[in-house]
Amino acid sequence: MYKPEPDDFEFISDRDITVDTNFASQGYWKSVAVHFLKNRFAVTGLVLVAVIIIFAVFAPLVSSYGYQEIISVTDSIGKEITAKSLSPQIGGGDSQNLFSDRTFLFGTDDMGRDLWTRTWQGARVSLIIAFVAIFIDMLIGMSYGLISGFFGGTVDNILQRFIEIIGSIPTLVIISILAIFMEKGIGLVIASLLITEWIGMSKIARAECLKLKEREYVLASRTLGAGSFHIIFKQILPNTMGPIITQVMFSIPVAIFTEAFLSFVGVGIVLPQCSIGSLIEAGFNNVTILPYQILPPICVLAILMLGFNLIGDGIREALSPKLEDM
Amino acid sequence: MTKYIAKRILMSALTLLAITFVLFVLIRIMPGDPFPVERMSAEMILQKREELGLNKPILEQFVNYMSMLLSGSFGNGTSLYNGAPIKPILTACLINSFKIGVLSILFGTAVGLAIGIVAALNRGKFLDGLCTLVSILGVCIPSYVFMIFLQYFFSYKIPFFPYFFDPSNFFMSSIMPALSLSLFAISTIARFTRNEMLEVINSDYVKLAEAKGLYGFELIRKHVLRNALIPIVTVIAPLVVSLLTGAMVIEKIYGINGVGKLMVDAIAGQGVDYNYVLALSIVFSALYIAAMLVLDILYGIIDPRVRLTKKEG
Repeated sequence: MYKPEPDDFEFISDRDITVDTNFASQGYWKSVAVHFLKNRFAVTGLVLVAVIIIFAVFAPLVSSYGYQEIISVTDSIGKEITAKSLSPQIGGGDSQNLFSDRTFLFGTDDMGRDLWTRTWQGARVSLIIAFVAIFIDMLIGMSYGLISGFFGGTVDNILQRFIEIIGSIPTLVIISILAIFMEKGIGLVIASLLITEWIGMSKIARAECLKLKEREYVLASRTLGAGSFHIIFKQILPNTMGPIITQVMFSIPVAIFTEAFLSFVGVGIVLPQCSIGSLIEAGFNNVTILPYQILPPICVLAILMLGFNLIGDGIREALSPKLEDM
Repeated sequence: MTKYIAKRILMSALTLLAITFVLFVLIRIMPGDPFPVERMSAEMILQKREELGLNKPILEQFVNYMSMLLSGSFGNGTSLYNGAPIKPILTACLINSFKIGVLSILFGTAVGLAIGIVAALNRGKFLDGLCTLVSILGVCIPSYVFMIFLQYFFSYKIPFFPYFFDPSNFFMSSIMPALSLSLFAISTIARFTRNEMLEVINSDYVKLAEAKGLYGFELIRKHVLRNALIPIVTVIAPLVVSLLTGAMVIEKIYGINGVGKLMVDAIAGQGVDYNYVLALSIVFSALYIAAMLVLDILYGIIDPRVRLTKKEG
């Protein structure tokens, strides 16, 4: 019979062993946030958008010029000279021109207004339009889709036919008709976004609702005597937030884009108000002579579009992580 | 299949009729007058209204308008500046827009597919990164900004292409607008193709095909591409529509006499031209609905499952 020798044994603590780590279960939104923050691209997008928002909020406040202010000085013979079409400059340079002590980081436009201030004011207007329009769209689309999906039958049929008709009218046509009915300006832009953007939102809400309404917790709620609207907005709605937030993130760049497009065509924001689109339009008119005027609004627009798209992708991935990413 | 197509065509026609009615009513109940009031006396306006049949009940007007449409005419422009028949102008503009639109869709689809396929086959390598960069750029930069850049560098700095659209030199002057219009299509299709391809490549039946000994181009063409194409068809529909919107600005920038420019002029020009807006809106809606119809039918042809479920339902 074999007799165990002391050499047959070794201390278990000497060996390099891996121990299963226990992960505490995370809340749904917490795990989404963790996933999101691990994604390099999404974080980059977040930073880009944050930077633009910070500038849009604070730059017009701390700027020494108003965004509508036409900058001018009185020269030695008492004639008023406006700072028209100056290229970007930093104050304290040579004393060749009358404005050499001023700083215009993005130059001035052909009316003599500071483009730095106007660009950030424009970014602010565009962002406000996008956020307001998409927020209202979310409310409308979400309620519409949830109601349509939950009640089904005739209600669903009627609501969906209505969407089908609205959805078959090209956005361009809706905008054109609106442009005849309404004054040009911020209201027109928001109205056209309201009419066109809620449809996508409602389709997603409806699809989610169809999935969720057969779940046990809905049945439980109903058994306990909950009314339809309680079930829709208290039980189903919180569980549809994921896809809806993704949709919102992709709608915001579309909204910014639509605003820029409308203002460029000439039915959006009107001078001396400004938005990204109207600045691009103004810059385009002088693009061959003063190409620097068009660059700042275009860059802001591109960064915003990139940022929001990256965030949207990030959120979508974080909400439905695939196995390979884990 | 025939029944499915017939049903879809009928539905489309009904939708178009409904839209036409809504548009017609909207434009007729619009506040204000189609005539420059300050330049005409009350009698002249009354007479003009009589002449155009604007004082009849709205349903009768609609029936008249529809019969006019069906006989192939769009009536005359309302404004005093441009009271000529709409149809010839509209046709000329449509042809211009259509040529450029088709060019950009073809170009966009071809390049987008190519980029997507290359990216998917080189997943995670340098080429994939490059393709991703292109598709990101296409989403971030509006087509008209790209157009402005092209125009600035390749018409102004280096005068290679004509600075404005020149109908006598159609080929050269349609390259830049078609290219910039297709930018968005390229990026969307490339991104979509890449994801679809990857999904199909990792699926069981492709692994089976590989195990049976298929490889290379044959495998990609017969098994991967055919299945990856199905969802791609769906993204082309919204692209056709975004093309309309994009064309509006591109035509303004490049001075192309197209439907987009016509629409801008009708809304933002001297006084709104109601009949132009109505005619153009109907044409746009018809185009859009037709595009949807064609794609739906295509979808049924490519993917047999669609028509099977439709038959049962």
